[in-house]
Amino acid sequence: MDTENIAFKELLDSIRLVYGYDFTDYAEASVKRRVNNFMANHKIEAIDQLAKMILKDEKVFEEFIQELSVTVTEMFRDPPFYKSLRETVLKRLATYPFIKIWVAGCATGEEVYSIAILFKEEGLLNRTLIYATDINQKSLQTAKEGMYPLENMKQHTANYQKAGGNQPFSEYYTAKYNTVMFDKSLKQNIVFAPHNLAVDKSFNEFQLIICRNVLIYFNQKLQNHVINLFYESLCPFGFFGMGNKESLLFSDKQQFFEDVDRKQKIFMKTK
Amino acid sequence: MAAHGKYEAIVIGASAGGLSALTTILGALPASFSLPVIIVQHRYRDQMNLLEEILQNKCKIQIRQVEEKEKVEAGIVYIAPPDYHLLIESDNTFSLSSDPQVSFSRPSIDVLFESAAATYRKSLIGIVLTGANKDGAAGLLAIKKAGGLTIAQSPEEAEYPYMPQAAIDKGAATLVLTLKEIQTRILNC
Repeated sequence: MDTENIAFKELLDSIRLVYGYDFTDYAEASVKRRVNNFMANHKIEAIDQLAKMILKDEKVFEEFIQELSVTVTEMFRDPPFYKSLRETVLKRLATYPFIKIWVAGCATGEEVYSIAILFKEEGLLNRTLIYATDINQKSLQTAKEGMYPLENMKQHTANYQKAGGNQPFSEYYTAKYNTVMFDKSLKQNIVFAPHNLAVDKSFNEFQLIICRNVLIYFNQKLQNHVINLFYESLCPFGFFGMGNKESLLFSDKQQFFEDVDRKQKIFMKTK
Repeated sequence: MAAHGKYEAIVIGASAGGLSALTTILGALPASFSLPVIIVQHRYRDQMNLLEEILQNKCKIQIRQVEEKEKVEAGIVYIAPPDYHLLIESDNTFSLSSDPQVSFSRPSIDVLFESAAATYRKSLIGIVLTGANKDGAAGLLAIKKAGGLTIAQSPEEAEYPYMPQAAIDKGAATLVLTLKEIQTRILNC
């Protein structure tokens, strides 16, 4: 291993020991890319210089951790997933008197509001509670506020329609200057909370867990750990949805899930 | 890695006009080609497998859209999936990311090239083909700095010269070749 790789591993180790954030089982190439971007933006020349700065100054660490753990998404990302969710899963969830959902790694919240809209349109939202969690506090804050740039709404509206939505999408938000704010009625049944999939435990039992484009950032070991966490957090016959390039291949619980929609990566816990 | 020569992998970046350029290069490769070929072609996010199907129709070598975490193997052409960045890990596996666009692109050529340069160092060949975007220039430079062989398609020949020209202007290209010459060069690896 070259010196740069050693310095990189030491950086992740000391972050884990000092601050309790564990990135050691993240897919390395993406983490490295983000570390390099952070260094370039802050004109830091070498990894050991960065390590010194973030171990000495908690403020620098806060900034670093926000950049390292940020993820981006959009409303109804991959519309066919949401269409399938509406057509295959919501019908079956309707039989429950009370529905609990966990959106794990919710980033800035766009997909959480998408799910709330689906449940509202199917008349289920008033007996649904959505737990939306993320490791990144700044992202969670954005999610909680439910305010997004107006310029993104064209894409979001197109996605909504492709996902089978047939209401005027603009009824779900109010626009002011260059920002839109999603309706309070959607937020009422959402709880936003910090949760770190790498180290935190399960906190409830759910009929549906959605975790999309988060596992791609983990190595196989951590993927397996997190899918186990989801398995334990699902009720019998609970549903699990992932990103369209993700799979249960590296999970030792694979045989306890059956396909609901293989292409859209929607599964049901069978045992 | 099974490679017996000097190189372990080839990475190719293409944008506008890429389909026909890729067909020319890949169409010449035998099914038993001795290296993995890893490609970012800028593409619409809705066209899930169209690019792979079109290329496979015209090539003997196996064409495949990358699956997350799969191992990089010789004799396969891997294509980055739409709407994800493609990276190569130091243990010779693929990973994907949903990070923001780089040079207005996801997948981005720079992201693939920079991670491949870190993994394969001097055992890598990087090629920038036709396109109307500057994606790939920084990545090709990273490959060059790591000691790899870097090639830009001749802008006179390229359907869209802007992208290979941007790589050349950055001083990233060791060789400037036509598609025919690129074909010959990689067949002799």
